[in-house]
Amino acid sequence: MVLIYIDHSEKEIKKSSHEAISYGAAIAKQLSCSAEALLLGTVNDDLTALGKLGASKVHQLNNESLNNFDAKVHASLIATAAKNLNAEVIVFAHNINGKAIAPAVAVKLDAGIVTGACSLPDLQNGFEVTKTVFSGKAFANIKIETPKKVIAINQNSFGIQNHELSATVVEMSLPIPPASVKVTNVNKIIGEIPLTEANLVVSGGRGLKGPENWGILLDLAKALGAATACSRPVSDSDWRPHHEHVGQTGIQIAPNLYIAIGISGAIQHLAGVNRSKTIVVINKDPEAPFFKAADYGVVGDAFEVVPALTAAISKMKHNE
Amino acid sequence: MNILVCISKTPDTTAKIAFTEGNTKFDENGVQWIINPYDEWYSLVRAIEIKEKDPTTNIHLITVGGPEAEPIIRKALALGGDEAIRVNINSNDSYVIAQQIAAIAKQGAYDLIMTGKETIDYNSACIGSMLSAILDLPYVSLANHLEVNGNTATIQREIEGGEETNEVILPMIISCQKGMAEQRIPNMRGIMAARTKPLKVVEPVATNAHTSIKEFSLPPAKTGVKLIAPDQMEELVKLLKEEAKVI
Repeated sequence: MVLIYIDHSEKEIKKSSHEAISYGAAIAKQLSCSAEALLLGTVNDDLTALGKLGASKVHQLNNESLNNFDAKVHASLIATAAKNLNAEVIVFAHNINGKAIAPAVAVKLDAGIVTGACSLPDLQNGFEVTKTVFSGKAFANIKIETPKKVIAINQNSFGIQNHELSATVVEMSLPIPPASVKVTNVNKIIGEIPLTEANLVVSGGRGLKGPENWGILLDLAKALGAATACSRPVSDSDWRPHHEHVGQTGIQIAPNLYIAIGISGAIQHLAGVNRSKTIVVINKDPEAPFFKAADYGVVGDAFEVVPALTAAISKMKHNE
Repeated sequence: MNILVCISKTPDTTAKIAFTEGNTKFDENGVQWIINPYDEWYSLVRAIEIKEKDPTTNIHLITVGGPEAEPIIRKALALGGDEAIRVNINSNDSYVIAQQIAAIAKQGAYDLIMTGKETIDYNSACIGSMLSAILDLPYVSLANHLEVNGNTATIQREIEGGEETNEVILPMIISCQKGMAEQRIPNMRGIMAARTKPLKVVEPVATNAHTSIKEFSLPPAKTGVKLIAPDQMEELVKLLKEEAKVI
């Protein structure tokens, strides 16, 4: 059986876990076994609808105290559930919480683990999974040598597949270990799309010359419904908050569309964004290295091009 | 307070990524090696800041690797570690590495074990989480702020679209990222002092790898950029909608 861990926040299942369920269902099909999901805590989502993503069952440990994430407690419960259910493969989203617990679960199950996976397993020579390495600059095929396997799938690398299932919800009962982490405050930036979950990202670099010029970028992001990001020099100069820095030493993202405005495309920046499906580069310097990594390029002045692009997007949306 | 800081050796951020031996090994030819930036800039520097506030703090460094890792660990000592341990084994398997660090951690009464959020070469982000399972300790990952008061750590960690504050009773494990501290350059006094700081080499504990790398590959090159004139933004929108199908 393939067991997929469902991550949630504020009573809502994360988009990355939807993808993880579809990915786990595809592995279950390869192995001719069932795909079942595991939920710790409570959510408002309709759990039977997880069948549409490929889960035939949802095992739920229905306890509000688990809505606060505690890596030690969560990893311990997931490992126990996986043992009780005799899961062969355990799938996580390679998101913030997945990174904190999947390796611990692997240790507890004596399972080999691949994090940052970006392919279905190749079963021809055992069990090989491709993962991104060198910050997205290369791939590695990793063979898992143990009978049990843990895989954490990169966000936005597999997609969601539709299934004609309705999931059965099964209540599970396990003793809950004492909390090791006390959550004392949660500070979510309201109305902002989290970068790692965003399908569309608009990003700015030093070419925008100063924080006072970010309005054109924010207008474009608003018209698109995109998240905003920036290059390292921009966050280092405090033009934009640190959490917007994408690149090798910032956040690595893989949206469907990445629009880079006034970013030259240093190798460290590319490492954070080169898994994006489509890259648009707007830069007045035709020699900017970013054009080599781009799908679409506009050589021109951002202060003219970006408002024109915003207007064209708004017009397109208006006509829809 | 006793802090164990995990130090990993990685290729420089600008290193050319290429492979040899039938794409099974990373091509180290001409590669400059650095301390993994997350280990150095955030985890180690924060440990040093804690020591500056409380000079009774001991900072021990650990690296798992062959003798070629020594320049890196000397640099970490020059920045401000007190002593270092190198476990003499090269491995690409996170489980093997975590077992070596855990074996050392068990011998010292460490209040805090610090790692970077991931290494910039294999990007596995496994070590902290694995240590928490092996040592049965609390773990907070992707932390961008840490204060220690007595036996309580107050930590800010990243969550999707924001931050969360956690309180944890020591001992614990923490993985650090941007925001935690600022990069420092070792000064001459630090470099001189590092030469005589203890660097102990220990042999590895026996453990089996759970994974092996079979082959590396490079992503297919982009087919070439399609240039759109600056006054043709409606054309770009059309391409994004109909050709790329991303909006």
